[in-house]
Amino acid sequence: MQTAQIQVTNENGLHTRPGAVFVKACKEFSSSITVENKGRKANAKSLMKLMSAGILKDDVITLTIEGDDEVAAMEKLKVVIENLEG
Amino acid sequence: MIKGIIASEGIAIGKAVIHCEQELILPEYKVTDDQVNNEIERFKKAREQTTTQLDKLYREMLGKFGEEEAAVFEGHMMVAEDEELEEEIFSLIGEGKPAATATHEAIQSNVQLLETLEDAYLRERVADFRDVGLRLVKNILGIRISGLENLEDNSIVIANDLTPSDTAQLDLDKVIGFVTDVGGRTSHSAIMARSLEIPAMVGCQQATTAILHGDQLILDAVNNQIIVNPTDEQLTAARAQQDALTSARNELAKLKDLPAVTVDGKHFELCANIGTPKDVDGALRNGAEGVGLYRTEFLFMDRNSLPSEEVQFQAYKEVAESMGDRPVIIRTLDIGGDKDLPYLDLPKELNPFLGWRAVRMCLDRPEILQTQLRAILRASAFGKLRIMFPMVISVNEVMQLKEHVEQAKQSLRDQGIAFDEQCELGIMIETPAAVMIADQLIEELDFFSIGTNDLTQYILAVDRGNENIAHLYDSFSPSVLRAVKQVIDASHAAGKWTGMCGEFAGDERAALILAGLGLDEFSMSAPSVPMIKKILREQNSGKLKELAEQCLKARDADAVRALVDSIH
Repeated sequence: MQTAQIQVTNENGLHTRPGAVFVKACKEFSSSITVENKGRKANAKSLMKLMSAGILKDDVITLTIEGDDEVAAMEKLKVVIENLEG
Repeated sequence: MIKGIIASEGIAIGKAVIHCEQELILPEYKVTDDQVNNEIERFKKAREQTTTQLDKLYREMLGKFGEEEAAVFEGHMMVAEDEELEEEIFSLIGEGKPAATATHEAIQSNVQLLETLEDAYLRERVADFRDVGLRLVKNILGIRISGLENLEDNSIVIANDLTPSDTAQLDLDKVIGFVTDVGGRTSHSAIMARSLEIPAMVGCQQATTAILHGDQLILDAVNNQIIVNPTDEQLTAARAQQDALTSARNELAKLKDLPAVTVDGKHFELCANIGTPKDVDGALRNGAEGVGLYRTEFLFMDRNSLPSEEVQFQAYKEVAESMGDRPVIIRTLDIGGDKDLPYLDLPKELNPFLGWRAVRMCLDRPEILQTQLRAILRASAFGKLRIMFPMVISVNEVMQLKEHVEQAKQSLRDQGIAFDEQCELGIMIETPAAVMIADQLIEELDFFSIGTNDLTQYILAVDRGNENIAHLYDSFSPSVLRAVKQVIDASHAAGKWTGMCGEFAGDERAALILAGLGLDEFSMSAPSVPMIKKILREQNSGKLKELAEQCLKARDADAVRALVDSIH
């Protein structure tokens, strides 16, 4: 299992558009991926659940990845979150 | 008369087209166990249809608006194919609910969850989910998705809310404006209206009930009013205002490349305030002659630790390069007071505005200052940069700051790194102390820039955040104007110059007084530049000087405003 705390820096947090970019990236991996924000835990491959986690700019989210490709997934997703726009 | 929130400025005169959703009747039959697979298949088929439609919309939007706006539909497709949503729907079908009802309920429960979020921006994204949900349900039920087709010319669309699918289908040859009952300035439809540059008002509450299909409308998204079936006089007035608006916009656009010169030839430098390298676009588009204030705080926010010299250098260099030979004043870190940086662990203060902030902190944490100064100096090789320090109260501070600059320069020289040896140094004038000793301070510096927001608060001893005394906070107060004059005069006596980077410089009345006081440079938010330029170009500098002298003698702020209004 891989876990990391990452700060969301794009202007409007994980709303539809940046959220979609992130979910798309998560779906490239077979591992199960969850995001936790302020006590709300969400399946990162579900845009719907991800959005109800209410992730805003400056929030520090906990990314948990478990599965065969967890190491590669963590590496990639960190970069994706850091480079979100909008 | 209907009021709301102006989403996109302008005036439109046309016919109302009411766009309302017909109410959906959801089936109530019970799905038996042997029918469950059938219902699931129904859902899957409808979902395929939905993604095909969305893909088509995506491509249409791409052509009409571009990548950024079209991306919303990528999000929609993703929601339609959401694995958690699918699971919830299948489980509801398993409980005996028909596919359409199950889909509606699953979407609804997720929407309710989203509506509890505190952030307005995220909450307004609820529209995206409703939109996809409705599309799915309609496709399951085989209801044709109604668009806004076959509109007449000059249509003003009135809707409870416009979904992204609706706006994507708007025929821009026919639709000249829109009005919605719900929504705020950041709702999808409002953002869209601004990018389309068509007049729009949102959050008008009762628009869909107060306006009938076919009504003639004046959508006045300048004065925040919608007039239903206007009289001839109202129409004439609206047309006149529309024309005035158009010619004013054209007029201002024409000034873009002209200097801010009075009729008798006195030149003022009009600059823009920026917060990030991205803001340079707006500054140039509005014809700013430079950047009078680059707030570097944004580089330090949104992160867990201090930005490295390299990160800062890249940002400063980008601004320097895109501004070319136009000057850019970079203000060093102005943190503390009401602006916190969590990773610096600043102590909570009883009186933060009089506390450990700006250069006071930077002089105590020289490593922060050195990193920033080196980054600015390195970037100075790529354009015309000036350095400005905030919150100075004494000559001693200026001497210390200059030593730090020299130290940074020396370290660059030692490493053979290029920088602008002539890089000008200045301070922000925000404290009464700096006003009183302006003549001594300027001996050590190249320029001043007056920060009116804080200066006003300190001169008047009025906390600008306190509602009980908000009426006392007034930059037009003669006390503030006299301070401004003292600063400008001190700089001129030494053959130097003074700018201003507070909101006051972009105020239409204030600009006339400031020009009369001899302010050399005005820095404001970029969209204000064209209007201030226009005003200054209409004036005679001698007249403005007289005006300023009268204002200095006025007994209160209202009297000052009355004086300006009498000549403008």
